[in-house]
Amino acid sequence: MKREMNYALSFDDEQAMIMKSAREFCKGKSSIQAVRELLDSDTGYDRKIWKAMVELGWPGIAIPESLGGIGLGVGSLIPIAESMGRYMLATPFFSSTLAAQALLRGSTQSQKEKWLPHIADGLIATVALLDSEDWGADTISCTAVESGGKLKLTGSKWLVGDAGVAELFVVSATFQGNPALLLVSSGHLSQSAIQRHTLIDETKRAFKIDFSGVEVEKDCLLDPTLAADTIRDILLIGALLTAAEATGTAAASLDNTVEYLKTRKQFNKLIGSYQALKHPTVDILNEMEAARSHLYHAATIMGEGPLSEDMEIACRMAKAQATEALLFAGDRDVQFHGGMGFTYECDAQLHIRRAQWSQQQFGDAYHHRKRLASLFFD
Amino acid sequence: MTAEIKDLNEFRAEVSAWMKANKPADPGFLLPQTFMEVGTEEVLEFLRSWQRKVYEAGYIGLTWPKEYGGKGLPEAYQVAADEAMALERVPIMLNVIGLGWAGPLVLKSGTEEEKQKYLKRILTAEDIWCQGFSEPDHGSDLGNAQTSAVKDGDEYVINGIKIWTTFGNYSKYMILLARTNPDTERKYDGLSFFLAPMDVPGVTAVPIQKITGEYGFTETFFDNARIPASCLMGEEGQGWRVAMQTLQFERTAEGGQATRYNFTPVTMKDLLQTAQNTVRDGQSLLKDPIVRDNLVKFIMEETSLRLSATRAEIPALCQDYPFSLALSGKLRATEYFRRMRQYAISLQGGRGGLYVGDSDAVEGGFWQRAYFNNFSATIGGGTSQIQSNIIGQHVLGLPKS
Repeated sequence: MKREMNYALSFDDEQAMIMKSAREFCKGKSSIQAVRELLDSDTGYDRKIWKAMVELGWPGIAIPESLGGIGLGVGSLIPIAESMGRYMLATPFFSSTLAAQALLRGSTQSQKEKWLPHIADGLIATVALLDSEDWGADTISCTAVESGGKLKLTGSKWLVGDAGVAELFVVSATFQGNPALLLVSSGHLSQSAIQRHTLIDETKRAFKIDFSGVEVEKDCLLDPTLAADTIRDILLIGALLTAAEATGTAAASLDNTVEYLKTRKQFNKLIGSYQALKHPTVDILNEMEAARSHLYHAATIMGEGPLSEDMEIACRMAKAQATEALLFAGDRDVQFHGGMGFTYECDAQLHIRRAQWSQQQFGDAYHHRKRLASLFFD
Repeated sequence: MTAEIKDLNEFRAEVSAWMKANKPADPGFLLPQTFMEVGTEEVLEFLRSWQRKVYEAGYIGLTWPKEYGGKGLPEAYQVAADEAMALERVPIMLNVIGLGWAGPLVLKSGTEEEKQKYLKRILTAEDIWCQGFSEPDHGSDLGNAQTSAVKDGDEYVINGIKIWTTFGNYSKYMILLARTNPDTERKYDGLSFFLAPMDVPGVTAVPIQKITGEYGFTETFFDNARIPASCLMGEEGQGWRVAMQTLQFERTAEGGQATRYNFTPVTMKDLLQTAQNTVRDGQSLLKDPIVRDNLVKFIMEETSLRLSATRAEIPALCQDYPFSLALSGKLRATEYFRRMRQYAISLQGGRGGLYVGDSDAVEGGFWQRAYFNNFSATIGGGTSQIQSNIIGQHVLGLPKS
């Protein structure tokens, strides 16, 4: 291995405060009944809760103060995302945050000034980065060409989060042979261009969007010299936020399993006394804890500007570990609930469905390990 | 130069420099990777003088009070010194049971007289200590220990058999768990804890040959062995509590060790070296996609162990399950090392079947021996399966098995 690893992990009072308030907020607002009530709703979230979140300043927590945010950096997003996962609280927080990070890292000063204060104020934005199913694609099939003084888009994007409510889209495309990011406002999209996916995780909302024929002004192009790095970094930050959320849900799933093991009796014994159930449950705890350690390391070192190689490693490790931990937790959550686990009524389904969703978001575990291998061995 | 005010990094660098300069030359025999591999007088004396040298240089016992031979420094200094020793891969500190668990125990719970009598000689390795907990019929079920201690005047008469006694044949003292009352309602309440001398008539330590072919511990027979009654630690019947406290030190769930440097670290860097040097299908194994994926998994796991050790010290980051990291460290680390060593052997092709002594063995059979020896870590100090029970019960609150 050519490099020395970074093992930094620390925590300050500010982060402790965010963690505490995030946990309390999510716990208070998102009971499992509330989560279930939103499953077949249109938007998937409760507007009142989103409004309360905006009032706390969360959409702008990682946006600099000069641009209307709180300026606490990407690390501050981790405890919020983890708590949201812990209580399965759905809001457009992830989508808006990623769009804000894309603007922050890849746009011109005037674009930042135009949009970031609004996002900090609760304007819902999202990112459209995926051309089909392949998070590892090295080219962008969606294209932008100059046409009559405007930029004309061709192509579709998959799994665009919260597109049903987003007012602003940050879209990746190939422009003049290079990667580019463009801003598209919802007014440019016809109803028929936005098609909701039927997702395995019913707490999430994501859409397939056909951008073909959409024309935007030239000033909607983000800084082309920053586009490639920005796309790479947003995919990594997306992976990190997914990891944080998944780690929270892994803890929820573990609790759900433990609760059942402590109360369910068979053969006159609490089933948690059987080592065939107890030991894998301990393994779940340990995998979840490993994920938390990767996560807090990432939270410690994440900073402004293009991500360093240490940050890239931290994001990839966190993602690979967290979503594998959640898959393990969710899978055993179902199995250890026996017949109940096979029902829709059992909360294990929420966890395993989230697990299947999270593992694919921003690249699966193997995708990230493969890139880690290149960083370490090539 | 007062160590108190020195920056930790500077201190670590100082220890590293000293270790580099003073690392003993290759003695011509295989040095132990763990403390359970001291099987000859030659190795014993070599390590005894090495520990003494390190102590005299001021790099072990840093947290122990000055009046007992220590330096009265914060734990972080010892951690830094241990890290420097690991980094330079110097020979291990010999007197593990004294330095790591008997010493901290005496320091925490012993009388002033006991502290004066034992602690400094632990640091200098003049008195080697061993541990008499496990018995042939009671390994994991420690609370059921049957070795008896019967009071007779100002002596206790010890009868029974202890097993897996590391340094049993070299020790001056044993921390001994024995039954002073066979009739208590709870088996735990009949146990007492002794700081027992080994050089009394009636104690016989018979070396046990290990899976590696080497010797490293003994089966220890007590046949009407008489020890002074003053060897009793605490009161009769408190033995279980004291033994559990000792295990806290052994499992490093609690600090205060004079050093934790009791094994030569085998890390990912060693495994990667082995993989890089191995050619299969015409190319280095570091080019093989499946090997690469497995190696990354090991790197991630090793990274998480390091990060978790740091996180365990930050209570705000250990919410939900406050004792989870402290109680799972031993299980996670020892199982990781077992799998990682086994994997290294699996990469060696035909050489994987060669052992220490064969000139064609990869790195002298290092991995084979390391893998075998690692079972002492996944079994000793409470097997991995017992650790899982403890974590399940004490961290997750699951019912007893």
